[in-house]
Amino acid sequence: MGCACNCEDKEKLFNSGILVEHIEGAILPPREKWEAKKGGYVVIECPKRIPCNPCYTSCPTGAVLPFEDINDTPKIDYDKCTGCGICVSRCPGLACFVIDLSYAADKAVIKLPYELLPLPEKGKTVKCLDRAGKEIAEGEVLAVTEPSKDKTYVVSVVIPKELADDIRAVKVVC
Amino acid sequence: MELIKNHPILEYAHGEEVTFTFDGKELKGYAGEPIAMALHANGVHIYRVTPEMKRTRGFFCAIGKCSSCFMVVDGVPNVRTCVTPLTAGMKVETQKDKGRVPLEVC
Amino acid sequence: MKKVYETDLLVIGGGAAGLCAAAEAAGAGAQVTVIESDLHPGGQLVKQTHKFFGSKDEYAGTRGYKIADILLDEIKALGDKVKINCNTTVTGCYPEDGVYTVMEGEENYYRVKAKKTVIATGAQERMIPFPNNDLPGVYGAGAVQTLMNVYGVVPGKRVVMVGAGNIGLIVSYQLTQAGVEVAAVVEAMPKIGGYWVHAAKIRRLGIPILLRHTVVEAIGDKVLEGAVIQGLDDKFQLIGEPQTIDCDIICMAVGLTPTTELFWQAGCKMQYVPQLCGYVPFRDGAMRTSNPDIWVAGDASGIEEASAAMVEGRIAGHSAAKALGLKVEDKKFDEYWTRLHHLRAGEVGEKILAGINQVLVSGWEA
Repeated sequence: MGCACNCEDKEKLFNSGILVEHIEGAILPPREKWEAKKGGYVVIECPKRIPCNPCYTSCPTGAVLPFEDINDTPKIDYDKCTGCGICVSRCPGLACFVIDLSYAADKAVIKLPYELLPLPEKGKTVKCLDRAGKEIAEGEVLAVTEPSKDKTYVVSVVIPKELADDIRAVKVVC
Repeated sequence: MELIKNHPILEYAHGEEVTFTFDGKELKGYAGEPIAMALHANGVHIYRVTPEMKRTRGFFCAIGKCSSCFMVVDGVPNVRTCVTPLTAGMKVETQKDKGRVPLEVC
Repeated sequence: MKKVYETDLLVIGGGAAGLCAAAEAAGAGAQVTVIESDLHPGGQLVKQTHKFFGSKDEYAGTRGYKIADILLDEIKALGDKVKINCNTTVTGCYPEDGVYTVMEGEENYYRVKAKKTVIATGAQERMIPFPNNDLPGVYGAGAVQTLMNVYGVVPGKRVVMVGAGNIGLIVSYQLTQAGVEVAAVVEAMPKIGGYWVHAAKIRRLGIPILLRHTVVEAIGDKVLEGAVIQGLDDKFQLIGEPQTIDCDIICMAVGLTPTTELFWQAGCKMQYVPQLCGYVPFRDGAMRTSNPDIWVAGDASGIEEASAAMVEGRIAGHSAAKALGLKVEDKKFDEYWTRLHHLRAGEVGEKILAGINQVLVSGWEA
């Protein structure tokens, strides 16, 4: 980890904000369906109960199931998710991603939220970071959009498919 | 001044640029913004020296509660610089002792 | 001190809770005066670049500084019902005749006589002891936010953040947005205290969060040059080798404590409640304290999220307006409480509720 505290064990990692397994509120779509789905599915990583519901209230297709309690963790109906990425830009915790495994044989596309400077540019290469901020690949920027016109950008990056469950951030290299 | 030029979210609306002095040296800042912020932007981090232990003190709470940023402003000591707006020509000085009030002010 | 200024409702503190109390009471027809010690209203809201949690009712998905604008617009739309006095501090409360002494700037003093008062004074930063913790460069997290998010001043080059509660996590992210490097976040507890998603957001940008670590010393002659950090065992005793990190800022985010001087002066019944982070006034369901002319709202009633502070402000403003004899919609009161219950139903809310239950009374003797 390169982290001074020797935090090797999973619990410690999780307790410091790194997802170590796909538990409730942070599950992956069913693999087969996911591989075939053009445009991809949402992947939300929000495993703790907090009072927050914009993923559900902003979803235009009802794919994020209604919250009975505002503290519920999100659940997805994959028959309804179009991979539009509205939730990616709306989630206050920046915990929503869209991952499209259908992009190419060995490539996937991840749409992730971005609120830093400089902004990635379409066609340029960016460093791809894992959940601990480690650079694990390079990716080409496919698109940069601002769906809610509120300065949370959604960056689409082509990544190696085998790292689709590892890459969760990008860094612009000048 | 050491200011944030580009921010991914915020845009800053600064007031009028004015000149003031810090320990006799001319500096620039924005009118209406707290003195402490103007000093920090100019790289000034020491605002006073404690009377007995001679410890350097700077900014700490920025909400006018902790007393750390007391300075002498236009001759008046113990001014909470983090919540006192800067004006043109202000004379700001490091506070070095208990903050004596000149007799003519009383 | 001849001048006495009169108002129906005095709101002390123009932050999230105070502005909501003012808007609510003025909406019911009260003449409201807000006293704010900072140079502008909005309290901590104006420093927040992140989108708020909660539901639509608490402006979820809207950035904090924009929420301040929304509240101020609501107040502006009420015409001249609300007067907000900034750069003005209440210096004393005299409950025998309902007079407050007020200082405008550093020199102009006057008195305010109010029929009813909502005290929404918020909170102040806690500090932990370590050698040289008074060096310039050891700053409160709120102060760092003020520098960079309100005034656009670069706070420093490299920061060690102390505390991984929501403030420590959010300010670490905000520092990254301002282009400042965060060397590490140290947290004495075995897990982060803030929302997990806030931690995940900075972890993936490569900011280490060192659990069971604390700062043991600040290094520097006249200004801060470094921080010494060290591990802690499960009894919070130092273990392992101390480690020095070069930094020009140690940002303290070790918690807040309610600002309560005025409640003490007013003779409100108080209690120390650890879950609410300090002494807080007893209150009934309408946020009224044991002094029938004084209400409490926001962090002054116990440290909690701004979303809850805004709802508490609504409740206090609603109840104070009613006490002034104004017509209010009773059903709004129930709506506000439903919202508070929802906000407090999560993991963090359990602790808050345990605290509130120690100081909530069903009603005050008439």
